[in-house]
Amino acid sequence: MSDEHGSIYDGLLGGDSSQWAFGTDFEDPLAGVDTTVPDGVDHTELAEYCLMLGDDALIMSQRLTEWCSRAPDLEEDIALANIALDLLGQARLLLARAAAADAGLLPALPEGSPVPAEDALAFFRDAGQFRNVRLAEVANGDFGHVVVRLLLFAVARLALLERLRASGDTVLAAVAAKGVKEVTYHRDWAARWFLTLAQGTEESRRRLVTALDALWPLQPELVATDPVELSLARAGVGVDPATMRDEVDAVLDQVFAVSGVTRPDRPPLVGGGRTGTHTEDFAGLLAEMQVVARAHPSGRW
Amino acid sequence: MNAAEPAGAERAPARVRERAAEVAAQVRDPEMPMLTLADLGVLRGVHVTRTADGHEVVIASITPTYTGCPAMATMRDDLVHRLNDAGFPHVEVRVVLDPPWSSDWISERGRAALREAGLSAPGPARRTSGPIALTLGPARSAPACPRCGSTATRLTSEFGATACKALYTCTDCLEPFEHVKEI
Repeated sequence: MSDEHGSIYDGLLGGDSSQWAFGTDFEDPLAGVDTTVPDGVDHTELAEYCLMLGDDALIMSQRLTEWCSRAPDLEEDIALANIALDLLGQARLLLARAAAADAGLLPALPEGSPVPAEDALAFFRDAGQFRNVRLAEVANGDFGHVVVRLLLFAVARLALLERLRASGDTVLAAVAAKGVKEVTYHRDWAARWFLTLAQGTEESRRRLVTALDALWPLQPELVATDPVELSLARAGVGVDPATMRDEVDAVLDQVFAVSGVTRPDRPPLVGGGRTGTHTEDFAGLLAEMQVVARAHPSGRW
Repeated sequence: MNAAEPAGAERAPARVRERAAEVAAQVRDPEMPMLTLADLGVLRGVHVTRTADGHEVVIASITPTYTGCPAMATMRDDLVHRLNDAGFPHVEVRVVLDPPWSSDWISERGRAALREAGLSAPGPARRTSGPIALTLGPARSAPACPRCGSTATRLTSEFGATACKALYTCTDCLEPFEHVKEI
């Protein structure tokens, strides 16, 4: 307050956050973690792979966060917010791991900007640089829609994380080992609601089936293989999603069978988020998520 | 992976390390203050090294209960402040991700403190190697009511006020209660 710049806010910033009930600073979530890239693994490919898994979690988390205060009852509102928080935590580690593997992927920021690497990746990339699957980004619908979206997403993500626990990259293996425990709860939540809505009223079933039909063309992307995924799978660091297909199909068929719902027969949507081709809905999501950070690239919080 | 003694630096005397570890172990969890970080099992190690110019640096390692746990920043700040107050001006807090935290690491004293505060302590965590089976019903064994001890309890939601808790209701005394989840 008394310094020559005279900002009344200066006293609120700085290293000591002890005046706050909860800490304000977002330090590197990988502080003290060994982020050495394993021998024989291409740094840029590893970073791109971390972006794929991190962007899936970040964008899905952002869509789930939009549900806050809009769910049918308090318990489900809290459930969706908790799931979003778990995925945001996974996104932070994965984006930080991407930046540690190849800082060349970081977008340019004004000199002296205090924006940490994970935030630079989340808030300062354009749509074409995001690698998430499109299932994560399409606009929200009704409660049936979020149940179907989360079921399709969590079934594939759990199958992926189960395999990623054996990654030759110690950071990815650790993120996966923890994520498996979390996503198991996400998948169970979605599967139970799928069953409940399918066997509820005529209206709840109609809405569920409508959402499944609308989202099904985005499902194959979850088990499609990008060249980066294949290359890292060969290096013992990543997972080729094609190896997850049997397990993903078996779990989905189990849910469909117990719910009395027929597996939809619709062709996949052309294009793919892994290569930066996104839906029209994505621009609106990014605008809302990024606007404040982009307006103040040198801001301190 | 980082709970090990840092290489290169000189070790401080054992009694200094013990005192730092004692101070760190007393820091409480910000969201479940009936538990210390040691009882919760998130404090993974405390080491003290002596730098070339004679400073003692305390290195405390913590691991998140859940990946997105928003209390990590507060735990870090609290560790730094308590250690500063105890006469350790140089403190470094490191994150350890491997092995992942398990509710099995909550100590017996921690479990007693949870029950004392009206929370239900977690049962044994599920084994999670290989493909994980879908759980469509509330198949996990229901916890006993921490107030009346009845086992006639019903799951309200597997997600609660913090990432690590689920909500249950006792169908005998009709009280709702929080249960620390098995992970």
